[in-house]
Amino acid sequence: MAEKSAMTGGSKGTLKGFDMADVNRGNRPLSPHLSIYRPQLTSITSILTRITGNALLISALFIVWWFLAAATSEEYFNVANGVITSWFGDLVMFFSVLGLWYHTLAGIRHLIWDNAIGLDLPTAYKMGYAVLIGSVVLTVLTVVIL
Amino acid sequence: MRYLTDRKKAVGMGSAKTGTAHFWAMKVSSVALLLLVPLFVFTFGCALGGTYEEVMAYYSRPFPAIVAALTFIIGFKHFNDGAQVLIEDYVHGMAQKISLILLTCISYAAMATGVFAIAKIAL
Ligand code: HEM
Repeated sequence: MAEKSAMTGGSKGTLKGFDMADVNRGNRPLSPHLSIYRPQLTSITSILTRITGNALLISALFIVWWFLAAATSEEYFNVANGVITSWFGDLVMFFSVLGLWYHTLAGIRHLIWDNAIGLDLPTAYKMGYAVLIGSVVLTVLTVVIL
Repeated sequence: MRYLTDRKKAVGMGSAKTGTAHFWAMKVSSVALLLLVPLFVFTFGCALGGTYEEVMAYYSRPFPAIVAALTFIIGFKHFNDGAQVLIEDYVHGMAQKISLILLTCISYAAMATGVFAIAKIAL
């Protein structure tokens, strides 16, 4: 009831006893409305930036462990090195490289956006495709070079 | 309550006044990583797969060692600042405070371990 009168009141001008700060408090849909939004390139590339950035902790800890092992002894190095160069380690490293290049390119897009450049939809979409395709290309290049 | 104006209700309820420093720290570390990450990927990629002796010799050289140390320092600072935003978005109250403290512990412990290991190998 309160929300209905607040909403109609909003369009018809200010009502007595109604103030902006309390409109619909606690009873409104929360942004970004995940349940009713159709997935779009912009939202997918945004959440992937978050997922890759945070998931890179696993890769980073793996690598620090490898360095610590190398600094400790030859036996310990062989253990860590064995894990990282196993098929499982290769898989982790492959997805780490893919995630890293994705996050790097998405990061560049953010640095560009921060200057209020490229925020219109057509440009945002172009940069979104560039980030997705670019990260695959860079990953292939990295695998080929290394 | 009905004597408070909208403005009076809003004053003091706004930003925590520290967001700009966080935003700027994120920008600085991002730009630094833009240079460091490719350097690290290709130096570390060269070393990976080598024998123990080869790895020790490679990371005794100044360039790969300094690149790795800088990547750890700036990378984990950037991770700490970035993951802080993730936690602030999804975790609230006391759980948020505990998560942020744990995050800081993990980030700086990993940073220190990485730098220590590089120093021990290089020196
Ligand atoms: C060239 C390398 C990198 C660049 C250019 C870069 C850039 C960025 C930028 C601009 C943001 C802010 C995005 C936003 O405003 O929403 C960000 C977020 C983040 N970055 Fe990076 N980054 C890089 C590497 C890394 C690495 C190596 C890690 C992990 C160790 C990492 C972890 C994160 C995390 C956790 C976030 C927060 C994401 C979130 O909102 O949850 N980044 N990065």
